[in-house]
Amino acid sequence: MTSRAGGCLPPAPPEGIFETEKGWVMDDAAPVTVDLKAEYESSGVREILDELDRELIGLAPVKERIRETAALLLVDRARRQMGLAHETPTLHMSFTGNPGTGKTTVALKMAGLLHRLGYVRKGHLVSVTRDDLVGQYIGHTAPKTKEVLKKAMGGVLFIDEAYYLYKPDNERDYGQEAIEILLQVMENNRDDLVVIMAGYADRMDRFFAANPGFRSRIAHHIEFPDYSDEELERISAAMLAGQGYVMDAGGRTAMTEYVRLRREQPHFANARSIRNALDRARLRQANRLFSGAGVVDAKTLSTITEADIRASRVFSGGLDIDGSRRKDLP
Amino acid sequence: MRITQGCFSFLPDLTDEQIRDQVEYILSREWAVGIEFTDEPHPRNTYWEMWGHPMFDLKDAKGAMMELDECRKAHGDAYIRINAFDSTRGWETVMMSFIVNRPSREPTFRSWRQEVDGRSIRYTHEMVG
Repeated sequence: MTSRAGGCLPPAPPEGIFETEKGWVMDDAAPVTVDLKAEYESSGVREILDELDRELIGLAPVKERIRETAALLLVDRARRQMGLAHETPTLHMSFTGNPGTGKTTVALKMAGLLHRLGYVRKGHLVSVTRDDLVGQYIGHTAPKTKEVLKKAMGGVLFIDEAYYLYKPDNERDYGQEAIEILLQVMENNRDDLVVIMAGYADRMDRFFAANPGFRSRIAHHIEFPDYSDEELERISAAMLAGQGYVMDAGGRTAMTEYVRLRREQPHFANARSIRNALDRARLRQANRLFSGAGVVDAKTLSTITEADIRASRVFSGGLDIDGSRRKDLP
Repeated sequence: MRITQGCFSFLPDLTDEQIRDQVEYILSREWAVGIEFTDEPHPRNTYWEMWGHPMFDLKDAKGAMMELDECRKAHGDAYIRINAFDSTRGWETVMMSFIVNRPSREPTFRSWRQEVDGRSIRYTHEMVG
């Protein structure tokens, strides 16, 4: 038997921590302490949250929820490093809100966040709707859904307008098959992918009520509020700046009024409506410049004026999509 | 007789973790992953049966591993190999291929020698058992 007497061994370093050329590092064995602030900085979570704050206007409750979620995940990761917890937490989420409130954009950031924290391996976002999951005939749905799931492995699967998967009026609808496969994967492959379901609040509520399996597997429900008028104006300015345009004073006044009027009209889709309005304003600006003076300078080329926005149909009563207003005329 | 075809076939069989790491390497080179199986590993039989479609836009090896599990469930007693296909122009070919599943009892080959045209000799290999 070999001698195991002490005395000749060097003093033991703090358990689980070693000094290397790169500084103090932790090995797989449970560390004694975890510096949460340092983790927050080094994991890049802070970067993502700052980006979220900087790039997204408004959405204060959403940002708050994401910050809370990030804190939870950071603490959970620390607990796992210390050996206090072993289970992967349920990370599937639902984003509810009206169209154009930034659900897809936030999902993209969420994928980045989960990747930085090590909860998904690759951190890409696969965005799908019912058409990508559900087939057209018997036996078509399962391979289609599995194909999408394979692509989403290691990342985040974002199902937009998820309630379309379930059609209660048609019991032979193939959506049910996709739902069953999804539920199975959400349960069995929690380490491999995170599912985010998005849609209008009321319809998502009905969808979850009809499919209790989803409700119990989704831990984080995040609600996206509508933007206020003032926020939409800031968004319009930011969108234009992103494309290298500016609005003059008259344009800004017209935009303020536009936002107020557009909200009252049907098919209002928050930031998306604003983006479409700006696209049309750019079209009008181009036409105005083309039919006007032949020589223009850089400032003229990149200024949206009042006339470009005032020409919108929104100021003359809005779109008449179903032609109902015309019938009311005498 | 242990069949030696493709990469790694002189090494002990790869474990699932090793297969996953190889698939990660394949994906890192942006090659497509294909799964094929056969019960006839004769070297002249180059066209094995395809298991599903080649997977062109995976990001993570897990997707391919799920398909491999499915294939093993259905053809556990067959040879299964993973192919990596490079679709870039100029290559357009299989860049890597390795066996990931073997039957419990592997067949052997018998060589036939035949004299033709006077003293010329022809060889052929026949799979037995």
